[in-house]
Amino acid sequence: MKTPALLLALVTLATAAHAADPIKVGEFACLTGKDATFGQSQHKGILLALEEINAAGGVLGRPVEVISEDNQSKSGESATVAKKLLSRDKVVAILGEVTSGRSLEVAPLAQGAKIPMIATGATNAKVTQTGNYVFRVCFIDDFQGVVMAKFANEDLKAKKVATLVSVSSAYSVGLAKVFKETFVAAGGTVVAEQKFNEGDKDFRAQLTAIKASGAEAIFVPGYYQEAALVARQARSLGLTMPLFGGDGWESEQLLKIGGDALNGTFYSTHFTPENKDPAVVEFVKKFKARWGNETPDAYAALGYDALKVLADAIKRVGGTEGPKLRDALAATKDFSGASGVTTLDKNRNASKPATIITVKDGKLSFFKAVAP
Amino acid sequence: MSEFLQQLLNGLSLGAIYALIALGYTMVYGVLRFINFAHSDVFMVGAFIGYYIGQHVPQDTVGGGLIVLLAGMLGCALLGMLIERFAYRPLRGAATLNVLITAIGVSLLLEYSGQVFFGATPRTFPSVFPSTNFAFGDLVISSNQVVVIVVATLLMVALEFIVHRTKIGTAMRAVSLNPKAAQLVGVNNDVVISFTFGLGSALAGAGGILYAMNYPSIDPLMGVMPGLKAFVAAVLGGIGNIPGAALGGLLLGTVETFVNGSQWSTYKDAIAFAILIIILLFRPAGLLGKVSIEKV
Repeated sequence: MKTPALLLALVTLATAAHAADPIKVGEFACLTGKDATFGQSQHKGILLALEEINAAGGVLGRPVEVISEDNQSKSGESATVAKKLLSRDKVVAILGEVTSGRSLEVAPLAQGAKIPMIATGATNAKVTQTGNYVFRVCFIDDFQGVVMAKFANEDLKAKKVATLVSVSSAYSVGLAKVFKETFVAAGGTVVAEQKFNEGDKDFRAQLTAIKASGAEAIFVPGYYQEAALVARQARSLGLTMPLFGGDGWESEQLLKIGGDALNGTFYSTHFTPENKDPAVVEFVKKFKARWGNETPDAYAALGYDALKVLADAIKRVGGTEGPKLRDALAATKDFSGASGVTTLDKNRNASKPATIITVKDGKLSFFKAVAP
Repeated sequence: MSEFLQQLLNGLSLGAIYALIALGYTMVYGVLRFINFAHSDVFMVGAFIGYYIGQHVPQDTVGGGLIVLLAGMLGCALLGMLIERFAYRPLRGAATLNVLITAIGVSLLLEYSGQVFFGATPRTFPSVFPSTNFAFGDLVISSNQVVVIVVATLLMVALEFIVHRTKIGTAMRAVSLNPKAAQLVGVNNDVVISFTFGLGSALAGAGGILYAMNYPSIDPLMGVMPGLKAFVAAVLGGIGNIPGAALGGLLLGTVETFVNGSQWSTYKDAIAFAILIIILLFRPAGLLGKVSIEKV
């Protein structure tokens, strides 16, 4: 009499264990190294979304597990960690990254493995052009470049602009190209096109050349560490004109490194915690409660949305097989999240408004929002 | 014209830092005939000592700045002597290649223990010296640039004095000329070598702090590129030759800055290294180095 009961118990246990098999999602991020705040923000956003999803009973009755890998902000590392996620951990989807260059390393691997990838902050147009398994939850540089060119023209009223571009960054080169095309078409001139390499810390030579060119504003489509150092060195060379850039400036480290030199600078980004939209207010409140009163930035919001969009697609399709999940993701429509409403178009890009932020008296403040 | 002067000034302040690091490479090469690859990481440690001490001294004061500078130099001198004592001294008399590989090992050890202890994320260096800008027409000089050039010059003059006017300096030159003969006339080689490492590392520490003052974002791998450039500067000037290292550093910094300000800026490293190759083709021992025949 005892044996069947035990057997039954074992069977029940086994089914339960099977049902509770976690859905594995891979994340790659620059958790350390020179762009560390990007990765840290994305990671915190994803973890917040993960905890909410699992607290609500997971997806399809199964808990979600996020396996995070660090690429140390180095080129080459992302491909290595993505291969590990795809072949050893057998993840159902990959989330990341904030930078376009490193997202471009992983996109072909995800495409080849037929595993969907959702980039969080990679704005370069080429990222999703890699293939039909690559998505993103942010706007693209074809939009951001136009926004900043119009901004230079209409708000800064600048006719002569200099650019300072990181030639080893896909993001920086792409954004500068769109900016220049739009700005020149609108009647402006790019009087100096100065370049630097990723990891450079000395920009005095380029800035001295820009000073001699008579530019009225400088466009710096780089990442926050570079932007902050450029601002400091520009001010120490007596250049008082406005500096402006893209979403690569978005970091809590920007003001720490740049200090007062950043006054009178502008950048476009995906998100502002000052937004009064109830979904954003709710997200900011939850994020602060989870992460020791830290204010979320754009990449935290985009990381959060990336996992939520994925969970939504898995729920709709009722499974995690690559091709089916891809189709479900491609059908994402009017998904309301922390960074606004996400609708993925036929090129697998989200179209979202851009927010322009300015630095005034050593503090970030909202300047204006530009609808897509 | 003012653009030219501005670039020259930018180049000299960058070159002065390269020169400070290059001196350490050249001094160690002078006495031990090997390249101390860990030197660029001593430079990094100097910046981090400055970062931690800098938070406990009054900001933006000359006194506070000097305390930070001295602490960085002392800390690095100590670190340099420890590295020599525990990593290189046991290998005294071994093949140069073994010591060279040990040096690379020490360098990696410092970089990656730096990531463990300091964290891999970049830190913001506090502003230790007061900073203002002086304008002369179009030419703008920041006080940080002045501090770099003045401190570097003073340290190089002090080094020249130590090497040529003191007993320990004479001993250093003796060991460099012929270690065995120096020992025979009563020079304690171990003490001299230890002192050389301390002196070179102190200069690297000062270089680290001056570099961090100008580029206030520091991380455990920050020494790699400046270290490589300084090594090139030392070879350019003639490795083993102290004024040569200073000259090489200033030259490299200036060339790099001028290329950077032109439309060929992406090729700045390529051009700097091409100049090195050309100079070495015509002067194999470097600008100020003397050709010596290696005795087998």
